Amino acid sequence: MRVAGILLVEDDPSVRTGLELALTRQGHSVTAYATGEEALDHVRARRPEIVILDVMLPGIDGVEVCRRIRRLDSLPIILLTARGDDLDMVVGLEAGADDYVVKPVEPRVLDARIRAVLRRLESASADRISFGDLVVDRGALKVTLANREIHLTPTELRLLLELVRHPGQVLNRRYLLRAVWDHNHVADSRLVDACVQRIRAKIEPVPAEPVFIHTVRGFGYRFSPP
Amino acid sequence: MNLGRRRPTGLRGRLVITFVLVAVTASALVAGIGYQLVRRALLDRVETGAVVDVRDVLQRISLPIGTSDLLWPTDAVVTESDLNTLAESLGGPDRQVILRYGEQERLSTGTTFGLDDVPADLRKQASGRMVRQRMLIRDEPWLLIGTQVHRLTRTGAVRPTGMTIFVFVSLKEEDGVLARLRTALAQASGITLAIALTVALVSARSVLLPVRRLGDAARALGAGHLDTRLPVHGRDELAGLTATFNDTASALEQTVSELRALEAMSRRFVADVSHELRTPLTAMTAVTDMLTEEAEHLPPDAGKAVELVVREINRLRILVENLIEASRLDSGAAVLTRENVDVGVALADCLEIRGWTGRVRLDVPRGLSFSLDPRRFDVIVANLMGNALHHGAPPVTVTARILRSGLEVNVRDRGKGIPLHALPHVFERFYKVGAGRARSEGSGLGLAIAKANAELHGGTIRGELCDPGTRFTVWIPHP
Repeated sequence: MRVAGILLVEDDPSVRTGLELALTRQGHSVTAYATGEEALDHVRARRPEIVILDVMLPGIDGVEVCRRIRRLDSLPIILLTARGDDLDMVVGLEAGADDYVVKPVEPRVLDARIRAVLRRLESASADRISFGDLVVDRGALKVTLANREIHLTPTELRLLLELVRHPGQVLNRRYLLRAVWDHNHVADSRLVDACVQRIRAKIEPVPAEPVFIHTVRGFGYRFSPP
Repeated sequence: MNLGRRRPTGLRGRLVITFVLVAVTASALVAGIGYQLVRRALLDRVETGAVVDVRDVLQRISLPIGTSDLLWPTDAVVTESDLNTLAESLGGPDRQVILRYGEQERLSTGTTFGLDDVPADLRKQASGRMVRQRMLIRDEPWLLIGTQVHRLTRTGAVRPTGMTIFVFVSLKEEDGVLARLRTALAQASGITLAIALTVALVSARSVLLPVRRLGDAARALGAGHLDTRLPVHGRDELAGLTATFNDTASALEQTVSELRALEAMSRRFVADVSHELRTPLTAMTAVTDMLTEEAEHLPPDAGKAVELVVREINRLRILVENLIEASRLDSGAAVLTRENVDVGVALADCLEIRGWTGRVRLDVPRGLSFSLDPRRFDVIVANLMGNALHHGAPPVTVTARILRSGLEVNVRDRGKGIPLHALPHVFERFYKVGAGRARSEGSGLGLAIAKANAELHGGTIRGELCDPGTRFTVWIPHP
């Protein structure tokens, strides 16, 4: 069992204690904070492996914390959202969160999500593929656009690699959810949509008129470089 | 005017019919009475004139007719030419005369009638007094005047002379006048009818327009437009009715808005409570796994207590999740995200993640693709299959097919079946089949949520009894 350094941000003391207990018992090393400000300080001082972030926080909220972390770092972030607060979830995903869990969450589910997000990419095939300005290095796990390195979160990178692996082929959301997030059933496909949006924002010259990742309405996405 | 399409028993039809009936009756009455008066006056004049004429002629005659005690000398004999002259003087262009004296019978020139044309009883009466009668002879109207000529004796007594005269006076001209009068009256009646009809329609329209407006407004009110009001014109009964309608609509609107506010408040309360319950539940859920693991090391009683707590926390969690989901569906915040989904795969996934694979027989064609919200579809079929597994009896079978109207999914179990009286209520919240079933595994919201999710797709769920068991049918239309 691999131990992850988890930063948990949750304002309710009971939930914080409960999750801390459960995650610690599953073998993770947990640091818990009640506010976003404290968490941001911690991220700057000592980078955790993953952040689990409650959306509803006093002071700066979880979405804003997520956004600020993203400015510094591409470390994985999982949002703790409340069922029924879809908007929070969508906004959080757009702000750069990798995944979300709905409260009340079972520790097993949270653990599975953490492991999925932390799953290391296998860099077995040491090849570089270039699509015009876009170069995807599957060995070094690096993406460059016009010789500038693009910083992708692990989830974004995994999704991009999955798409690149099947050029010209339409991949449906269910497949992508399984391949990238380990969600074992039709969970919320907005996870895929939000992640694609974030990748487009980073690699597409004009994100509104994508040339690399195309949406196939009602089905999914297709990577077909110009 | 469209009496044919609308039944004449309608208000409009009745109004028009009544109005026209009154107008036509009145005009017919006036015309009829007038006609009768004219006719009587006309005929009376003709009759009186003819009688006076005949009497005049007869009084002036000086023929030696009658028996010997009359004024005339016995040797005087009536000649044929005398009789002819008399007949001619009684006759005329429109008259025919039959003159009878003893065995002799004289006709005026142009006379086509004979004594046979005179009714027998009239002939008999004519011997005593002067009779007259209007009659149709050979389809033409005639006035028949008949009389026996009487003379005064020397002693002053009146004696019949044995001479009988029948004068036929033609009424053809008068008949023509009356016919023209009838035509004129009929035309006048027709015009009256047309005017009455027009006026009736116009007035019916003006009376019924507010009624129709009221009808439209009432329909709009019924369709949920509770802010429907009508302008009140004038002070008549319809204006009063309109005002009453407006008052009623206002009262209704107020009541409904109060009820809605109350309902919204209670729904919000449920939503708030559910949200508030979630935080402590999250804390408790986080440690249930730990507790379960630790229960083994506790004394048996404490272990059982821990198991109970964990079990109830899970129930509570499902209940709260369902309550929140139901609140979301109620508030209209639920969003539908349709995408093309392989129905067979979605059903298999649903079974797999709940550990039901193998307990349900799936009969779905390969590659059956349909556009739906996969998460909501999962909720629908999970609820139906869960119910079939928990409350029904195996085998549970699920079939899916594409109809022209959309997707149809059937979930069938072979249990005892839901009691018939309970079937219409199974989609109600917290409805429990049979009062005896105190606690079920479900939250009591499952089918209500499934139904709301189907309806979000524009579809339906219905349940029906099959022998044995129950079949639930989900229908989701094409987007």
